Amino acid sequence: MSELRLQVNGRERTVDVDPATPLAYVLRNQLGLTGVKVGCGLEQCGACAVLVDGESVHTCVAPAGQFAGRSIVTVEGLVENGEPGPVQRAFVEAGAAQCGYCTPGLVVAVTALLARVPDPDDTAIRTALSPHLCRCGSHAQVMAAVRALVSGTRSGRVGG
Amino acid sequence: MNDSTNPRTPSLAEHPGVDDWISIDADGRVTVHTGKVDIGQRISTALAIIAAEELDVALASVRVARPRTGTAPDEGFTSGSNSMQESGVAVRLAAATVRRHLVTRAAARLGVGAEQLEVTDGLVRVRDTNRSVSFGELTGGAPLGIAVDPDVITKSPDAHRLVGAVRPVGGLEGLATGATRFVHDLAEPGTLHARVVRPPHYHARLEALDESSLASLGDVQVVRDGSFVAVASPDEYRAVRAVERVAAAATWITAPGLDTTDVFRRLIEDPRESFPVVDGVPLREPVPEERPEPVGGATLRARYERPYQMHASLAPSAARAHFDGETMRVWTHSQGIYPLRASLADVLDLPRERVVVEHALGSGCYGHNGADDAALDAALVARALRGKTVLLKWSREDEHAWEPYSSAMVVDLRADLDDSGAVSYWSHETFSDTHRGRPRAGPNRAGAGRLLASRYLADAVMPPRAEPNLAHHAGIHRNADPLYAFANRRIVKHLVRDLPLRVSAMRTLGAYANVFAAESFMDELAEAAGVDPLAFRLRHLEDPRAREVLAAAAQRMGMPGPAPHGRGRGLAFAQYKNSKAYAAVAVEASVDDTARVRLHRAVIAADAGEVVDREGLRAQLEGGFVQGASWTLHEAVRHDSGGITSRDWESYPILRFDEVPEVETIIVDRPGAPFLGAGEATSGPAAAAIANAVFAATGLRLRRLPLDPDAIRRAAMS
Ligand code: FES
Ligand code: FES
Repeated sequence: MSELRLQVNGRERTVDVDPATPLAYVLRNQLGLTGVKVGCGLEQCGACAVLVDGESVHTCVAPAGQFAGRSIVTVEGLVENGEPGPVQRAFVEAGAAQCGYCTPGLVVAVTALLARVPDPDDTAIRTALSPHLCRCGSHAQVMAAVRALVSGTRSGRVGG
Repeated sequence: MNDSTNPRTPSLAEHPGVDDWISIDADGRVTVHTGKVDIGQRISTALAIIAAEELDVALASVRVARPRTGTAPDEGFTSGSNSMQESGVAVRLAAATVRRHLVTRAAARLGVGAEQLEVTDGLVRVRDTNRSVSFGELTGGAPLGIAVDPDVITKSPDAHRLVGAVRPVGGLEGLATGATRFVHDLAEPGTLHARVVRPPHYHARLEALDESSLASLGDVQVVRDGSFVAVASPDEYRAVRAVERVAAAATWITAPGLDTTDVFRRLIEDPRESFPVVDGVPLREPVPEERPEPVGGATLRARYERPYQMHASLAPSAARAHFDGETMRVWTHSQGIYPLRASLADVLDLPRERVVVEHALGSGCYGHNGADDAALDAALVARALRGKTVLLKWSREDEHAWEPYSSAMVVDLRADLDDSGAVSYWSHETFSDTHRGRPRAGPNRAGAGRLLASRYLADAVMPPRAEPNLAHHAGIHRNADPLYAFANRRIVKHLVRDLPLRVSAMRTLGAYANVFAAESFMDELAEAAGVDPLAFRLRHLEDPRAREVLAAAAQRMGMPGPAPHGRGRGLAFAQYKNSKAYAAVAVEASVDDTARVRLHRAVIAADAGEVVDREGLRAQLEGGFVQGASWTLHEAVRHDSGGITSRDWESYPILRFDEVPEVETIIVDRPGAPFLGAGEATSGPAAAAIANAVFAATGLRLRRLPLDPDAIRRAAMS
């Protein structure tokens, strides 16, 4: 056990944990951020994705110690003033979830994508989301959510 | 009486009181009780809409209670696309009965005739006055104590303001923000995290556990009962790592291993129990011989094969349990809280009343995945660690290697074409292991024996022998009898037992393989008859609703008509169980130079009767298509004598975002018509539509699933 300082959702957090513990477990169990899902623990499904310095990163294997000093944003951190953020809103409006276990990871991946490429075409969206599995088959609705965000950005309705 | 309330639902026969279904508190808040659980299909949304519609209350004032044994109506399992027909009808009738009763009470209270009253948002008002009384005031929160009237007049469809309306899907906000808690997220301070240490394969037994090497595990406790071994720790990651340590300290007796004979051969050659199926129902009668092939006529035969496939839920199964020495409480994503309770009580040797099973959210399950097994695992650990709350999770490997799969199947088809090119004889034989492995109580401790851990306990209960399901369109023979108007047909169900892998119910049960086979064969016959596949189907199809969805899907896809260069189009149709939703699927596909099938477009046309929750229905239909496409293109569970080798997402891939085509969905709404379950309607047609599109694109007819690059290359070479 040792003290580990993490910057999570804009706050400095100190946790007492074995730094070899994968980040997902620390976020979920020490910090109560259970929006971070674990679907495989093998970096194969994308359920555990969070933003690390703006990039979508799997957290189910990499030790938490590696993330000291970096900016971590989980799906909970994308909520703005108690309301769903723009990507989250787009998912809700498009009905882009069935069981929703894949949803937090997808929301994170879409946020990272749009920060990098504000106007991605379908191929770019599909490529960016391909590391993420959805067993319920919500793919079409997820695509619709992202497209709505992209066209919203184009017309200036939604801030990128 | 409205059509959709007829026939009376079995749910209502078991639970005839309105209070079983609906309660209204003193503030007018409505709670709907159901035994059906949400498994991503949003049954709770549909039930809330139905209740709000019939009661004339605001949708926001209706909540659907989380099913728990003791308070929820016992509706068995959430399965077979029955939820809307069972719970949906019961809730509709209960709500209409409640509304009528409260209006009568209001009339007495306000001293007017009931016909002068109108109801808006739970407020009963004397028309054109300010005199009113609310539902909350009328009930005072007390039970109503009356029976549901099965003949109550329900709203006519043209008066519906909520049912069928387009609205944003409810309940998604918490999923998108991460606020929704799944069973996996139910750890509280003091909760112990538990994991199971699995044997190498089904038949392995624990010979020895070197306890001395476990001393250094720190705050990890090891629970052992026979060959069932689990670990628990306040720290989840320590529990995860302890699994490896304990596994290393365990010696297993591994002989005999798993049988590795080709399962398709065993399905054909092993001893079996066979039944003729007439009008969808298997009979305990001798199977009739095939009729002789007509001289000079055209007879076609084909064999279709489907491997073992898995549910592969995105989240590994999990459960929380707590035992205080008296009562075992279990939180589970099982699809049947009452059957699970009975089976748990049996294994734990507790009276049923001392086992409380409450539903908690899991990820999409699509049938009988590891949920029930995880519930027993958690309960066993909680029993050993009395007074502790235990949150037990399966690993990804556990889920892939230990969930009950959907059986491998073989379908043998034969058809004769007459001179006009019409089918004059149709024979369909299906060979499969059972699709019934749910922990349903039965003779010989059947429920207990179907929970995975039971067979490893010191006091082991082994799985019961599979009994044939002789119900209408049940497991193996589901959709074995196509809707087409063939003059002569011979449908045979073969139950083949004791095949190597553990099996149970998965979305569509046998229908997926049966529809894949029959609808692929229809294209082969159309080709032989020299007729376009759409026209060939329509020629044999009398049901106007079937014709309508088929024609709609074909038209939207531009069939018949040329596909873009290098691509082919395929069409398929089925009415799920010949009694639920009608669905036609059209697909445009090509095969790329790495022998991968690419899906470019898909069209679904479906008729699910009266539409209640349009977006929910669309998601069900499209999700069923995507899952069916994934089974069809990628999925086969593999094993060797040492155990299951499909142990993660690399060794068992599923369809990814860059492989899912654009899907257009046409929904034919039938206001006033009975609800028809739709969650399983598209997966079978998806398989055949893809196979037919691959044939159209390449001339290769693939009859063994999955249609992966290996299969394409093999077919291209032969
Ligand atoms: S849980 Fe991390 S990728 Fe699956
Ligand atoms: S919605 Fe269930 S896994 Fe994506």
